[in-house]
Amino acid sequence: MSTATPIRDQALSVTAASLESVSKIYGAFAALRNVTAAFPAGSSTVILGENGAGKSTLLRTVAGLISPTRGRATAFGDLPLRQRHRIAYMSHSTMLYDELTAMENLSYFATLHRGEGCACVGSPEMALRAVGLDPALPRPVGQYSQGMRQRASLARVLQTDPELLLLDEPFSNLDVSSAGHLVDLLADFRTWPVPGGGRRTLILTTHQASLAEPLADRTLIMRQGQVIDLVTGSHG
Amino acid sequence: MRYLSFVLTHLRKDLRLEWRSRDSINGMLFFVLLMVVVFSIAFDPAGYPSTTRQISGGVLWVGLLFASMTALNQSWTREQRNQVLEAQRMAPSPASALFVGKALANMIFVLVVEAVLAPIFVVFFNLHVLGNAWLLAAILPLGTWALVVNGTFFAALGLRARNRELLLPLILLPLSLPAVLMMVQATTGVLTAELDPIYLRSWITQLACYDIIYTTICILLFETVLNAE
Repeated sequence: MSTATPIRDQALSVTAASLESVSKIYGAFAALRNVTAAFPAGSSTVILGENGAGKSTLLRTVAGLISPTRGRATAFGDLPLRQRHRIAYMSHSTMLYDELTAMENLSYFATLHRGEGCACVGSPEMALRAVGLDPALPRPVGQYSQGMRQRASLARVLQTDPELLLLDEPFSNLDVSSAGHLVDLLADFRTWPVPGGGRRTLILTTHQASLAEPLADRTLIMRQGQVIDLVTGSHG
Repeated sequence: MRYLSFVLTHLRKDLRLEWRSRDSINGMLFFVLLMVVVFSIAFDPAGYPSTTRQISGGVLWVGLLFASMTALNQSWTREQRNQVLEAQRMAPSPASALFVGKALANMIFVLVVEAVLAPIFVVFFNLHVLGNAWLLAAILPLGTWALVVNGTFFAALGLRARNRELLLPLILLPLSLPAVLMMVQATTGVLTAELDPIYLRSWITQLACYDIIYTTICILLFETVLNAE
């Protein structure tokens, strides 16, 4: 009797992240208005919307980088900041030091996530190879092309082995070929096994719906700080 | 031990970044050297050696205080570029380790500036130390730590402010006044040998207490400051 199916069903029934009546107000501007959404574990959700629709605010709320003005955001049933070891967030900025090489950047963040002397030493190198970058490249990240920066940034989040991966406009400034490569990497990431069973959860925001389509098994559409539609359907 | 390892990781990163850019040390050096030259011309040390000795402690520390502010703002600007600070906030390591690592890095930068400045200062101000010069080995690090620990903390506090370059001196200068008084009194006491050793030791002890109190407060509050919106 195989145990794979029950574990997968159990994983899908668990919510990786949820927002309950969340509003985020900056002065007189409401970036999020009473948003309620759940992101099941193992799902891949693409959030679409125009500029200012609240996509990034929603993602940053799930990451715990901003706290809601009203309502409650949780990740794995807890406050997102308490689950930081299970969550990774990639923004359209690289979130890397321009003066350091990709390997130096990744080694630095790996130490912050796991501490020195753990069994995961060497994962920065593996993560860089996985995204198609040479770990021995002596150039600092500031001298990389936009596509290389984006890949180095993705390697930074992948090396932390997150269960919940949040990507804010990952395809911005990428040409179609580089974006396609990124989609392949993310599709591969979803198949990585999670210790203790379950599957990886992916939430990404984008303007380019067509690029993200192969990844989307749920599409959330936002307008003016509100979720106006949720389309469910597997493309993967 | 784990905490120390995080602190050293942050420290190594900051030292490496400074080694590659040299932004902080170069800025401080130019500022403080110009200040020494200007003050040496203004006060005529050769004509009034006794007066110069009396004021040299004050000139030294005020110069270092102003110079260190340029580096303190710079140290957090690096974290804001490319939103690296958000990656720091997402890391499960203790936030205070980032603060301690950065304060230690800033202290090293200021100590490097002091090491370059000391011989130039002695020459331009025509100084001869009349007291126990070895006491400066305690006063300089304690005084420097007093400047950088508060400076690093308040520079982080002003990170999201629009006029953070203005905000830092507005908060830091009044708060540093007691420390500046202790440093100047202790340094002048060593340079002139006119201060009773009991008082001299008292100023140094008070400076050490100031360091301990403010370091503790800054460490305890840093996570709140880092995650403030």
